[in-house]
Formats: sequence, C-alpha cells, structure tokens
Amino acid sequence: MNAYVGTSTSRVDGRAKVTGAAKYAGEFAADGLLHGFVVEATIARGRIARLDTSEALRVKGVVDVLTHAHRPPLADKDEAWKDEVAPEKGSPFRPLYDERIKFNGQPIALVVAEDWETAKFAATRVHVEYEQEGFATDLESERDKAEKVDQPHKPRGDAAGALTRAPVRHEADYVLPTEHHNPMELFATTAVWDGSGGLTVYDKTQGVQNVQKFLCSVFGKKPDEIRVISPYVGGAFGSGLRPQHQVVLATLAALALKRSVRVVLTRQQMYSLGYRPMTIERVALGAKPDGTLDAIAHEAIAVTSRYEDFSRNDTGWAEQLYKSPNSNFSHKLVDLDVSTPCDMRAPGAATGVCALECAMDELAVALKLDPVDLRLRCYSDRDQSEDLPYTSKQLRECYARGAEAFGWSRRNPAPRSMRDGKELVGWGMATGVWEALQMPVAVRIVLTANGHAEISCAASDIGTGTYTIVAQVAADALGLPIDNISVRLADSTLPQAPVEGGSWMAASSAHAVLRAAEEIREELARLAKAMPASPLADLDAANITLTDGMIASSDGRGAAVSIADVMRHSKLERIEREKLNQFAEDKSHARNTHSAVFAEVKIDEELGIIRVTRIVNAVAAGRILNTKTGRSQIMGGVVWGIGMALHEETVMDHRFGRIMNANIAEYHIPVNADVHDIDLIFVDEPDDRINRLGIKGLGEIGIVGVPAAIANAVYHATGKRIRRFPITLDKLLE
Amino acid sequence: MNNFQYSRASDVADAIRLLAADPGAKLIAGGTNLIDLMKENVERPSRLIDISRLPLRDIEETADGGLRVGALVPNSDLAYHPLIEQRYPLLASAILAGASAQLRNMASVGGNLMQRTRCAYFYDTATPCNKRSPGTGCSAIDGLNRNHAILGTSTSCIATNPSDMSVALAALGALVHIAGPSGQRTIALTDFHRLPEDKPHLDTNLGSGEIITAIELPPHGFARNYSYLKIRDRLSYAFALVSVAAALELEGNAIVEARLALGGVAHKPWRSLEAEAALRGQAATPDHFGRAADLLLQGATARSHNGFKIELARRAVVRALMQAASATPQSQAHKKIA
Repeated sequence: MNAYVGTSTSRVDGRAKVTGAAKYAGEFAADGLLHGFVVEATIARGRIARLDTSEALRVKGVVDVLTHAHRPPLADKDEAWKDEVAPEKGSPFRPLYDERIKFNGQPIALVVAEDWETAKFAATRVHVEYEQEGFATDLESERDKAEKVDQPHKPRGDAAGALTRAPVRHEADYVLPTEHHNPMELFATTAVWDGSGGLTVYDKTQGVQNVQKFLCSVFGKKPDEIRVISPYVGGAFGSGLRPQHQVVLATLAALALKRSVRVVLTRQQMYSLGYRPMTIERVALGAKPDGTLDAIAHEAIAVTSRYEDFSRNDTGWAEQLYKSPNSNFSHKLVDLDVSTPCDMRAPGAATGVCALECAMDELAVALKLDPVDLRLRCYSDRDQSEDLPYTSKQLRECYARGAEAFGWSRRNPAPRSMRDGKELVGWGMATGVWEALQMPVAVRIVLTANGHAEISCAASDIGTGTYTIVAQVAADALGLPIDNISVRLADSTLPQAPVEGGSWMAASSAHAVLRAAEEIREELARLAKAMPASPLADLDAANITLTDGMIASSDGRGAAVSIADVMRHSKLERIEREKLNQFAEDKSHARNTHSAVFAEVKIDEELGIIRVTRIVNAVAAGRILNTKTGRSQIMGGVVWGIGMALHEETVMDHRFGRIMNANIAEYHIPVNADVHDIDLIFVDEPDDRINRLGIKGLGEIGIVGVPAAIANAVYHATGKRIRRFPITLDKLLE
Repeated sequence: MNNFQYSRASDVADAIRLLAADPGAKLIAGGTNLIDLMKENVERPSRLIDISRLPLRDIEETADGGLRVGALVPNSDLAYHPLIEQRYPLLASAILAGASAQLRNMASVGGNLMQRTRCAYFYDTATPCNKRSPGTGCSAIDGLNRNHAILGTSTSCIATNPSDMSVALAALGALVHIAGPSGQRTIALTDFHRLPEDKPHLDTNLGSGEIITAIELPPHGFARNYSYLKIRDRLSYAFALVSVAAALELEGNAIVEARLALGGVAHKPWRSLEAEAALRGQAATPDHFGRAADLLLQGATARSHNGFKIELARRAVVRALMQAASATPQSQAHKKIA
C-alpha cells in the first residue's frame, strides 16, 4: 500500500525546525559547561618554535590552554586516525599532535574558558613564534609536479592515436576553483562529561558511528565510553563526512579537564576544514563528421594536501554517457601545503562533468550540430567501462522532456543571435550523471500495542529529509498513519549506518525499514491466525497484509483484525525487530541517475552582467520517494550550480598561503536576486532491478550539469567561451 | 574581541568630552561595521562611547530649502523618508543598493560615512596592511587587488571606500556638520573622506574628538533625472566593483547641470568637476557621456587584477547617465540592470 511513498508529504521534522525545538550540536546544555576557542596557525608550513600560553592562562575565566605540548595522550598510529571516509593513502591530520604546521589555519591551541567570549579573547593572548619553511599552495604554478593516482576507469583502445586521426577534434583546459561548503550551521561539538570517564558527544556530523569509532580509536576508549549524537544537521554537503577538528578538540578538552566542553568554529575557521579541490580538467574529444565520437581523453589535475591523497572520479563520467571506441582517463594530484580536500556535493562529477559537458558543447559547435542532437548521436545504452547495461536509464526522456519544457526547438544556433533589449540571450544545455549507490544500513522497528511504531537508525538526516522518507516507508509498510510513526536517527547506539553521503541513504535506509517491517508483518500474521476464531485463520501468511492499522487479507475481502486486538490477545506490549537491508548481488548492471539541464542566460552586453533567467532540470532518478523534499533537493543543487558557474571561488594569496575571502560576505554564493525561474521535472523511471522500491537517490544529481549548461549558454549569448570558473563579468569584458 | 569600557553619552558635548578623555575610544551607533572589526581584532577600542540615544534623529528642512539629516537617522528611515523619496531619490536609491534590510535598519547615517574599507588584507591581522598597522606595507598592491582602487591610490594603499550612500551624497554636494572640542564646523562631503597618500590609516578628515552631528542636503535634489547604478559580482548583497551616482538637470535634451560620482574605485567617492563641466551645455548623448566618463577616469591606474574596472566604470557611467537622461533610474528592487 502506498499512502505516503511517492507523495509530497511535508517534513516530519519541519515543525521542530521552524520553531527552534530541533537542537543542533552547539545547542546542548550541560552542567558546568566550558567553552573552547581554537587558535590557528598563520603560516602555511613550518614548525612551532615557541608557543607561550602564559598570558592567556592569566585571563580571568580561562581554565586551560591545550597545545601539542600540553594535552592528554592521542593515538600515535595513522590507522587510529583513519575514519571510514579517510583517503586510503596518507597520514590523517591530527589536531594538537605536534609542532609541525601543515597548512595555514591549522589549529595549534584550544583555549578553554568559562564562557565563549573569554576563550575568544584569551586566544588573542596566545603568542606563537614559528620557524617558517618554504611552501607552495598554487596548483597552476605546481602543475608540472602532478602525479597520477589509481582510478577505476581503464583506458580502452588507443585514444591518443584516434585523436590524432580524428577529422574533428576539440581539446581544452577547464579550470574549476577551490570551493567551500559553507553550511548554514557552524561546525560545533558539545562533549558532555559523565563524571566517570565516559562522554556523550553532540557533534555536527554526517555519520555518528564514524565519529564514535574514530574518537574511541584516537583516545583509546572502549565503545561504551563514548556515545555520539547528532539529531539535526544544518547542512553539511560533504564537509561533515569526516570527523572534523572541533570534535577532536572538544573531546580532548573534556577528557583533559574532566568537564563538559563545547567548541564552536567560527565561519572563518571553517575555511580550514575540507573543500572542493581546485581542478584543471583537460578534455580532448575526437569525432567523425557524422557526430559520433571516436576518442575521449579526460585528464584531471587536482589539489591535495602533502599528507593525504584525496581524489574522486572526475574523469570517468563519459563512460556512462557517450559511446566511444577509444578512451583514456587519468587523474593526477599535486601535493600542496594546504589541508586535505574533502567531498562536496557530487564530488568529482560536479567538476568533471562540467568540463566534459562544456567540451561536448564546443564539439557541437565544431560539428555544426545541435548540442542535444550531438548527445543523442553519442548516446550510450551501456556503461562502456564495464560494458554493462543499466538497471534503468531514461536519459533520452530527460533530453526530450527538458527540451520540450524549455522550448529548445526555438533556439537559433548562432552565437549572439538572440537578444532582449540590451541583453544578449543565450541557451545552453548539459547532461548530468551520478551514481545510484546503496550501503548496509540496519533499522529497528518497535511496534507497540497502541498502534504506534518507533523506527530507529544511526543514519544522519543532514537536512535532506531522511526522517521524512523513513517515516513514509514505515507508515506504508506497517499500514499505519504517518502520525503514528516516530523516527529516531543519528545516535551511535542505534542500529548501524554508514555516513550519510553519496546519495545512498534514501535507498539504503528505506530497504532496511522494509525488511524490518516485513518481519513484523509476518509476526503479526502468525499471531492473528492463532487467535481464537480468527477470520484470518485459513489464510496463508503471505496473503496477509497490514493496512489502516489492521491485519487484513490482502485480497481485500474484508477479513481483518486490529493490531491492538492481536497484541492484546497475545499479551504483547511490543514487537521489536532489527534488520539489516539486503540487496541482491548484481554485477550485471550499471546503476546511475541522469539529468538533462537547460539554461537561459541574459547578459548585459556592455556591462557583462549575467543573469540565469531560466533553468529546466529534467531528472531520471528511479522512484521519487517524496516529491516535495525531492524537489527541494534538486532545487538546492540547481542554485548551487548557479553559484559554481557564476560566483563561488575560494581565493588564496599564495604569497601567504592564506585564504583571503574566508567569510560569506566575500565568498559569493547566489542570493535571491540571482535566482529566477527553476523548473524541475522528474522523469518517470521505473526500475525493478536496482532494488525493491526502485529508489536511486537524489542528493547529488541536482547540481551536476548545471554549471556547464550555464557556461554553454554564456557562450551562445556572447560567442565567448569562458573556461575558467566562476564566470565573472570581468572575464566577459576582457 | 578585546575587553573595553562602555560609556553612554548623555549629549553631544558629553560625547566630545568622553572622546577627548580617552584617545583609544570609539563612538558606536549601529555598530554594523565596528563590531565586525572588533570581532576580527582589527579595531581594538579601549572604550565604546554609545551615542545611539543622542537626539540626532531628526530630518528637517533648512532655511534655504535643503534638508538637514541627523547623524543617527537609520539608513532605512532615510531611504524611505517621504522628503528623501520625493526630493532626493538618488540618495534613497544609493542607500537601498547597499547592504541588506537588516543592516540598513541598524546602520546610522554618520556610521555609514565612517565605515571602513573591505580590503581583505585590512581584515586579516595575519597579513601586512598600512591602513591597519601603519608601516607594515600594502599586501594588495602586488597581491589580490581585483576589488581595489583605480583612482587616487598611493604607494602605501589601494583600498576603496565601500559606501554607496556616500557616493550619492558626493554627487548631490552634501555637507557634513561636525562638532568637536573647538566648536562646530561644516565641510563638504567630498572633503570629508581623504585619499590614502602616506597616511592610509586615516580614512577621513575628522579631527580627534570630533563627532558627525548631521549631513545637509542642498536644495537641488535632481529628482527628475538621476540614477544610481551599482555593478557587482552578484545582483544583491555585494560591495560594488563600480558604482555610479548620476544626476542631470535637462532643458529638452540639453544638459544644464550634471553631477557624477563613482564608488568602488577610490579611497573616497570619486567626483570630477571637470567632467561635470564638460557636460554642461551639451546634448544628453552617449558620446558626450563617454567623454565625461573619460574625464572622470583620467589618471586611472590598473593593478594586476583590477584593470577591467576602468572600462567597466566608463561603460557604467554612460549607462547611468543614459538612465538619468531618460528618467528611467535603475531600480534597486528589480532583479535586473536596466
């Protein structure tokens, strides 16, 4: 029964959020709570020669100043510092571990005081002397030092040879800058001391169990000594996947002082956490005159830190989209004196597909083909890397529906051919692609005799709507009204879940709910059949369903008993089941979500001011569990895509190795005035192969393709191809 | 943020006395810029003298037909005041082009004149900056200077004044009323802010112990033909790359009087009497506007990243004057540059 799945059910946590009842990590109270403020390094590389905390310690209200020379023990093996998302290769950063400075903004001391203002003030009284060393933070000047890393997409055929022979070819560098997540909620941890060595840690994170295991290993604690809770997260977008500085520092201080400690990072300090790495994407396409591809070569050169190799799949996406007998992909890293990058919405794809889709647009121009037509000529019904069909791929329908809604057929292909007063009008499009992943997640359902069910799982809801979709799936599976469902998430003591990321949590959690609910249904059916004079006695358990609070014959012939009656007869207060999701092992199909993005820009010809006046994003992502939260997801991705195209850039002064726009006044993201019409289409994509409910996930797909569609529209409007993002007006005036 | 003393001034004379008694003291009204700077340890006042309750909130007509605006009138109140909307819409428009509604509600007129540059190096105490720490050097000259000045710079500073309101006030020929230990004085707004020269730590010509009590608008408000055009990296809530306050008095298509000031390009609102004189008596055409722009931008110097501003400013001046001439001023509410 589908009373809720597939509907526009409002967020079950919406009221708590808008009334302030929802508590975030930095809002939990504790007796005698202390406040920590982070002191950061102001050089990019070197060592701390002298760290004088005496003046800070003399400030009234300061309890202690923790430094590498004054702290409780921390694990000394890299393995202990590797959380479940840590790069395979490298030595994770350890806050306050030793005197080495690895990046500008590195935490070097934590001032702990009775209140936050005192701690902040005293932080300015910590005096540091450094021995500076030579450093490098500029990817472009260090580009020659790039080294190749392993990537799953292996070369096919002879791309270099095919490119040389190709009658039509396009090759260019596309430069994507460093970007920061800037979630609205500041990174914060409240570590509550239990009086006997244990801690309850309220943390802003995308994975409480990841943080819990990490803290236990870093601080040598037993699993039952640290509990991590994160009931609400005010956005994270990947920045909360790995345990961040503040959780280590708050825990360190709580253990050192045997008191509860809160550490809240400032907006500026959050620029010392992870980021989307600056990447130079070199794309080469070789085509035949008929608009089919003969060669694709995509090389990415990205920033990483000197201590960890962070890389994502920037280059392999063409394998999902375009037929080509020859292909070559390579991902290279340049080690710089910066902190390690991290995942940021659609990591790899947001940048790599941007370059690929700009290149495809340039190829369409070279071939004198319509950009949609070119993509259809190159359309691949198989994942070429593994030579597999897809569980489902309604990308053709995305192109068709998107183009229809946008009015693409009215496009004059000539650049600078469309105009509206002083503004040049440009229409561009691009393809989006992401993975449809699913991970092991367990869920516990407790059904009580009054017909209420509590669903619990360690998964986080990072604002995406996990509470809501879990409630929807549970309500349908248990045949209960959604108001009878309560959902508990993001407590490390709850059934297992990985970090919330990669667009995998919807499918993963929903199918765990389904399995646990199935066991409850079986138990209720058994009990119902066993009741004296049961109307269901003669039915096979498989033909008994849960609906409207009743245990009923699934043939709809009216034979039914209420859950309450059955449980009362069985003298049961509650039925509890915990199940891990299970997905059929299937390596015979590729799993992806797809989209077609159409963008209209209007550009003031004299002044270079760009407005994105329309976006149509047609998305094929399996079954949409909730059309309301789903639309919000895609809408957020589109707006972010506008930011990637036109606004976002973390600017560093490489003479200092310092970020110079570490605040949201100068780090520009789109404001309301920059956002116009956004039309979202969910293309119907039944998929009974990927999983039982046909769910693929929506977290990332919304942003992919958007920056390229806008860049391509800018070209169509102006005839200028801007390959260095963001496309600011000075680049058009050049 | 450093600890500081707090005093509440009982009247203007008291504020002056308190200022004189403590060389490290700063006045605070709305605090929209000062508090930020204190949080960043850029400003470290020993004392804050709260003037927010002084009776400087009136907007009254002057004998000659102008308006006198108290220094503590909130920016929002000024922008939406009927007399400003009717007689000085250029000023209203410039104010609404700046900041956000919340900031404008808090920010005072006097505080707006006193706001400091948004140069990233000025804000970052880990980098050299002559404005913040005299003698340490200017990081912007050979650094990131995309948002920096193209006019009136010195070898010690290329920062810009971030105010929108001041640009309109400069064009309108506003006066600044000042009270201080040696009595009251009045200076032209264009003389209120200064160029950096070798003392970039001084933003204004306000003397020690002095306080802004009011601004005065002359009778001529150019209410018919004006425009405030602000060009920035997004359509709202960003500081100007270039902004233009343009005002014309026309007879038919002939220019009787012209006012022109630029924001985002210098250490002060940039006005050129020569450029305005060149427009007088001319027809309101793009060519004449372009020549005025060239005069206004005479001596403009490009650094490594801000060269685009020269051409952008030229085009923005022409556009703003065209908007003014056609009595179709730039709207600050529409999501579009007209």
